[in-house]
Amino acid sequence: MENSSIHALVLTGFGINCDNETASALTRAGAHADRVHLNDISADPSLLERYHILAVPGGFSYGDDVGSGRILANRLRYKLGDPLRKFVADGKLVVGICNGFQVLAKMGMLPMLSGDFIQEVTLTNNDSGRFEDRWVTLKVEPNTRCIWLKGIKQLELPVRHGEGKFIARDEAIMDQIENGGLVAVRYCRRDGELARGNFPENPNGAHHDIAGICDTTGRVFGLMPHPEAYVDRLNHPRWYREKLPEEGAGLQVFRNAIEYARENLCAASV
Amino acid sequence: MPLLSEEQVIGAAHRIEVGMRRDLPDPAGAGVRARLAEDMGIHVKDVRVIDVYTIHANLNDDELERVRAELFTDPVIQESSIDAPLANDYDYVIEVGFRPGVTDNVGKSSAEGIADTLGRALAPGEAVYKSTQYVVKGNVDETICESIARDLLANVLIQRWVVKSAKEMQDANGASLLGLPIVTERSTIEVATVSLDLAEPELLALSRDKMLALDLNELKAIQGYYRDPAVAKRRAAAGLPAQPTDIELEILAQTWSEHCKHKIFNATIEFVDETGKTRTIDSLFKSYVKATTDEAGKRVDWLVSVFHDNAGIIRFDEHWNFALKAETHNSPSALDPYGGAITGIVGVNRDVLGAGLGCRCILNTDVFCFASPYHEGEIPPRLMHPRRVLRGVHQGVKDGGNQSGIPDVNGAIVFHERFLGKPLVFCGTGGLIPAKVAGRPSHEKAARPGDRIVMCGGRIGKDGIHGATFSSEELHEGSPATAVQIGDAITQKKMADCLIEARDLGLFTCITDNGAGGLSSSIGEMARVPGGAEVHLDLAPLKYPGLAPWEIFLSEAQERMTLAVPPEHVDAFMDLARRREVEATVVGTFTDSGRLECYYQGDLVGALDMDFLHDGVPKMHLKAVWRKPELQPEVLVEDHRLITDLKAVLGSLNVCSKESFVRMYDHEVLAQSVLKQFQGIDHDGPGDAGVIRPVPGSNRGIAISCGIAPKYSDIDTYWMMACSIDEAVRNLVAVGAQLGTIAGLDNFCWPDPVQSEKTPDGEFKLAQLVRCCEALYDVCTAYDIPLISGKDSMKNDYKIGDTKISIPPTVLFTAAAILEDVRKVISMDVKTPGDVVYVVGETRNELGGSEYLALRGQLGTNVPKVDAPSARRMYVSLHAAIAQGLVASCHDCSDGGLGVALAESAFAGGFGMQIDLNRMNVKSDIIALFSESQSRFAVTVPSRHAAAFESALVGHPFTRLGLVIPEELFRLKGRNGFDGEVSLSELKEAWQRPLRW
Repeated sequence: MENSSIHALVLTGFGINCDNETASALTRAGAHADRVHLNDISADPSLLERYHILAVPGGFSYGDDVGSGRILANRLRYKLGDPLRKFVADGKLVVGICNGFQVLAKMGMLPMLSGDFIQEVTLTNNDSGRFEDRWVTLKVEPNTRCIWLKGIKQLELPVRHGEGKFIARDEAIMDQIENGGLVAVRYCRRDGELARGNFPENPNGAHHDIAGICDTTGRVFGLMPHPEAYVDRLNHPRWYREKLPEEGAGLQVFRNAIEYARENLCAASV
Repeated sequence: MPLLSEEQVIGAAHRIEVGMRRDLPDPAGAGVRARLAEDMGIHVKDVRVIDVYTIHANLNDDELERVRAELFTDPVIQESSIDAPLANDYDYVIEVGFRPGVTDNVGKSSAEGIADTLGRALAPGEAVYKSTQYVVKGNVDETICESIARDLLANVLIQRWVVKSAKEMQDANGASLLGLPIVTERSTIEVATVSLDLAEPELLALSRDKMLALDLNELKAIQGYYRDPAVAKRRAAAGLPAQPTDIELEILAQTWSEHCKHKIFNATIEFVDETGKTRTIDSLFKSYVKATTDEAGKRVDWLVSVFHDNAGIIRFDEHWNFALKAETHNSPSALDPYGGAITGIVGVNRDVLGAGLGCRCILNTDVFCFASPYHEGEIPPRLMHPRRVLRGVHQGVKDGGNQSGIPDVNGAIVFHERFLGKPLVFCGTGGLIPAKVAGRPSHEKAARPGDRIVMCGGRIGKDGIHGATFSSEELHEGSPATAVQIGDAITQKKMADCLIEARDLGLFTCITDNGAGGLSSSIGEMARVPGGAEVHLDLAPLKYPGLAPWEIFLSEAQERMTLAVPPEHVDAFMDLARRREVEATVVGTFTDSGRLECYYQGDLVGALDMDFLHDGVPKMHLKAVWRKPELQPEVLVEDHRLITDLKAVLGSLNVCSKESFVRMYDHEVLAQSVLKQFQGIDHDGPGDAGVIRPVPGSNRGIAISCGIAPKYSDIDTYWMMACSIDEAVRNLVAVGAQLGTIAGLDNFCWPDPVQSEKTPDGEFKLAQLVRCCEALYDVCTAYDIPLISGKDSMKNDYKIGDTKISIPPTVLFTAAAILEDVRKVISMDVKTPGDVVYVVGETRNELGGSEYLALRGQLGTNVPKVDAPSARRMYVSLHAAIAQGLVASCHDCSDGGLGVALAESAFAGGFGMQIDLNRMNVKSDIIALFSESQSRFAVTVPSRHAAAFESALVGHPFTRLGLVIPEELFRLKGRNGFDGEVSLSELKEAWQRPLRW
C-alpha cells in the first residue's frame, strides 16, 4: 500500500443502504474506498488496520427495530469494541452519517466523554413523529474540534430520517459538549441565523439545534444530514435556478478527512 | 382460521416494557392522540405508547436484566421494566399484538439483538414477540377503546388486542395480556387425492370450495388430462393415484390463474362495435400490446429483453442496462392496507432483482387510487374507510422503500368514489445491471438440467396461500385472511445485497422471485428451459411445522428468491449466504424429464407434464359489445368567478399537493437525484418527471413519469388510455426528454369483464378494454414507445350482498426515457421576472371528465382527445427548443387544466404572472383556464430567447399569454373585461391545504 493513498472502509450489511454513495463520495474526494460487510470484519478484525478512515453510512440497520441503530451499535460494541478503540487511539478517523450517527451515539462512541462505550447522548423520534426527507441548512460551530469541517462555515445538505432529535443524557453532558468544542454542526436558517428549534429549519426538534457532534479528538464525527448526498451541483434541490459551484459542499467534508489522514497518518505504517 | 390458538403458553415468558421517560414528550403517543381526534373524533387527554417485548426463552434474571438495559432501553430517554407494568396514571390500556404466524419483524430483530448481547443464539422454539401498549387517559370507556383498537390501532386479520381498565390491570398484576402468538396446530400431514370424476355442477363446487378459481372449461381440461390413457399409465408406473393429488390440483389452479396466465388478455374475443359490425380479436396481448412493441421496436435500437422476464430491460449505455417493472397489489391492500402495500413494494423490488441475472434496484415509483379520505357515506362490510386505507398503504410503501434504501422518484395519488370498492396500489421499480456479468450477457439466463434449485431469503409459512387465485376473484365474504402478508424489508435487503455479490461471482445461472404462487410458480417457470424439475418439499425451511406439501409449494411467504446453482458452485454459494446471514437451501434439481415432480419425505406426491402445466389451459372465448354510453352533456355557466374557481380546482383532491406524503419517502438515497418531486425556490412545486443520474461520473440519466386518467373512463376508455399515455409522455418532454428514447409499461386494472350472472355488463366492460387496447397501440406507435413490460389485474370489484362496486377502468402508464445529458433538463418553476409565458399546444372545448366539472357534480361528454401525430411533431420541436437552452421552465397541463399549471409554476418559482386569456383562440374563459386538453405545456422563456423560441415552434399551436412579474401576484385578464388578481400565497395555500396531513 502506497504511503500517499488513503484507504477508507465503508461498512455494509444488515440494512445499511448509503454505502454505495458514501464510497463514491470518498473516492471522488481522493480516497481509496472499499465497501466491507460487517461480518467480514467481525471474522477478521485485523482488516480494520489497513484503513485510515471508517465510515458508518446511513440506512435502516435492522429496520430501526428496537430503536434506530441500537442492534448494530450493540453488535459493533460486542464484536469490535477493542479494535475500534485502537482504531481511534491510532489517530484514525471515523464518521457516522444518519443511521451511522445513531449507531455511534448508541454504542457510546460519540461523544465518549467517559472514555468508555457508555451511551451519553441519543437520537430519537422527530418531534413531527414522522420520517422526512428535506434539505436543511447547517452552520458549522466556529470553535468546533471537528477536523472534518475545516474551512466550512455553512452548508446545505438533505436530512432523511425519522429519529434525528439530538438529546444529551443530562445537562452536565450537554455542557461538556457545548463547552468542549464538540458541537460540530447546528441547524440554521438560510440566512445563517440559528433555527432555535423551529420547524422545518430544525427538522426534528434537536436540542440546541444540534445536527452533528464530534469526540474530543475531533476525528470521530457523527451527523444526521447526508454529506455524501451533496457532492455535485446537480444533487442540490435548486441547481437549476441558482449559481452554484460544480462541486457540492458535502465533498469538502470527506476531503478534509483525507487531507488530515494524509498529513497525520501517512508516516504511520498502515 | 384454524391457525389461531389463543392462550397457548408454553414454558416461561417474560415481558420487557419500554416507554419514554415520563418527563419527556412521547411523539408516538401524541401522533395516536392526533389521529384519534382527526380520524375518529375522539378527544382523549393523553396517549402514551409502550413497547412490549415478550421474551419466550430460557433466560435467567441476570440475562433478562442485561437485555433490558443494553438492548431494549435507550438510557438517555427511556424507562423500562421486567414483568411489571410500566403504565401509570391512566384510564385504559389497549395492547395490540400479532396473531400466530404473522410476520413479526421487530420480534425477529430482537432475537438477533439478544443473541449479540448474550453471545449465544436463542434455542429452537424460543422467540421474541412484539406487542404495543397504548396507555389512554381521559374521555374513554371500554366500548370506545374497543372501537379505537378495531378501527385505528389494529387490523383484525393480522392482529389481536386486549382492552383493560386501570382496575383490571391492577388485579392482573403484570401478567401477560395477550397469549403467545405461537402456531400450535399440528395437523397430520397428508396428501389427499381429489376425485374429478364429477358432474359439471360438482366440479364447479369443488373449484369454489377449494378456492381454485378455475372455470368449467379449465376443470374439464384437467379432468381430460387425468383420463388420458397415456397419462394414466405414466401415473400408475410412478405410483401416483389415477386422480389428481391435492398438490397437483393446486399447482394447476395457481399456474392457470388469471393472475399468472392472463387468460382474458389471451382470449379470443368477438368484438361488436357501435355499428353492429363484428370482428374477432385473437388475443388482446398479441394484437395490441406485443404488436405495439413489434412496431415501435423497429424504430429504436435499445431494447434488450422485453415481455419474457420479470421486468423489461433496455440499454442504458454501453456498460449498463436498465430494467423497469410495475405491479399492483390491490386485493391484499384492501384487506390490510399496510401489509398489502409493503408487500407490493418489496415484491416488485424482487421482480427487478430477479430480472436478467439480478438487477440492483435504483428507484421506486408509487401510484395509488382511493376514494376520498373525506368520504362520508356508509362503509360496506369488509371494507375500510378510505382515509385508513390511504394512511396504511402510504405507510407500507414508505417503510418498504425507505428500509430497502431505494428512492421513490415519482408517483401520484388519484381519487375517485368507486375506488371505495377496491383501492389500487401500483408499485414500480427500476434497476441497473452491468451489461455483462461474469463474462456473460446479463439479460440471458437459463437453468440447466442438473443445476440445483436453491431457495433463499425468508422461510415458508401459511401466509399468502392462495394469493394468486384470490386476486383472480372479486373481494367477497370468504376472501381468506391468509392471503395477507407483511413484508420484511431488511431480510430482503440482506438477501438482495448477497445475491448481487453472488451474481458478480457468477455463482448462479438463473434467478427469479417468489411472488404469486410461491415456489410452484418460480420453479415451474424456471423449469421450462431445462424441461423439468424435481423438488423435495420437506427440505424447504418452514416458519413453523404443520404445513402440507401443497402449502409449502404454494405459500407466498415473502422475501424469497429461487436460483439455479450449478453443482460446482453450490458450496461457494452456500458459504457466501452463510457469511451474509442469509438462509439458503437446496430444495431440488432441474431436470430434463419433461415433468415437474414433487417429493415429500422421499415419496412422490405429485407429477405434472410441463407441456400440460404451461400450455394446457384452454383459451377463453369472450364477447365484447361496444356502445357509446349515454351521458348528459356539460352545462357551462360563464359566471366570471375565475379566481375563485381556480382556487377551488387547485384544492381538488386530484390536483392538490401530495407533499406531506412524498416527504416521508426517502427520495434521495443513492445520491442520484437530479430533479426531485418537489421543485422551486422553497422545494414545494410539483415536478413533472423524476430525473436521476444513476452511474457516478456519468451525466447520462433516466427520467421517469406516469400517466393515469380513470376519470375519463366512463366517457370513453379509448381516450382514457390515450390521455394516460400522453400525460406520461408530456411529463417526460417537459423535463427535456426526446421521443425515440421512451419505453413504456402498461398496468391495467379492470373490473371483471367476463359476462356472468354477477357481471351482467361484462360484454360492455370487455369492449371498454378492447377500446383501451386500441388506443394503447395507436398512441404508443405514433410516439415510438415500445412497451417493455406490463401487467393486468382484472377482478377489481367488490361484491357482498346486494352491494357491488366496480372500479373505473384504469391503466397506469409508466414511461422512462434515457437522457444523454442531465445537465440540460429543466424544472417547472418560473425563474425570472420579465420571462415570457406561453401555452404550447391547442386548447379545445374538452371539459368532459375535468376537475372543473367534477366540482359542479358533472361528468360531461367532451372528453379530451389526443391528436398523436401532430402532438408528436410538436414534442420534437419543443424538445429541440429545450435542448438549445431557450426555455426557463416547462410544466405539463394535466388535471385541472392550464390555470393549475400556470399557478403551480408561478408559486413554485416565487414570482407572479400577468396572463391575458383573450389571446387564446377559444370561446370561453372557462375552457381556456380549465379544459383538460392534452399535449399542452405552460412554458416560460427569457425574453431574449422569445423570438428564437417562437421560430422553433413555428407550425405548432402556441400562444403568448403574458409575462412573469416580480410581484407575488397572479393577475388574470379574460373576456368581457374580466380582470382579477390573487396572491401567490393564497393560491399555494388553496393547493396545499386539503392534504396537508
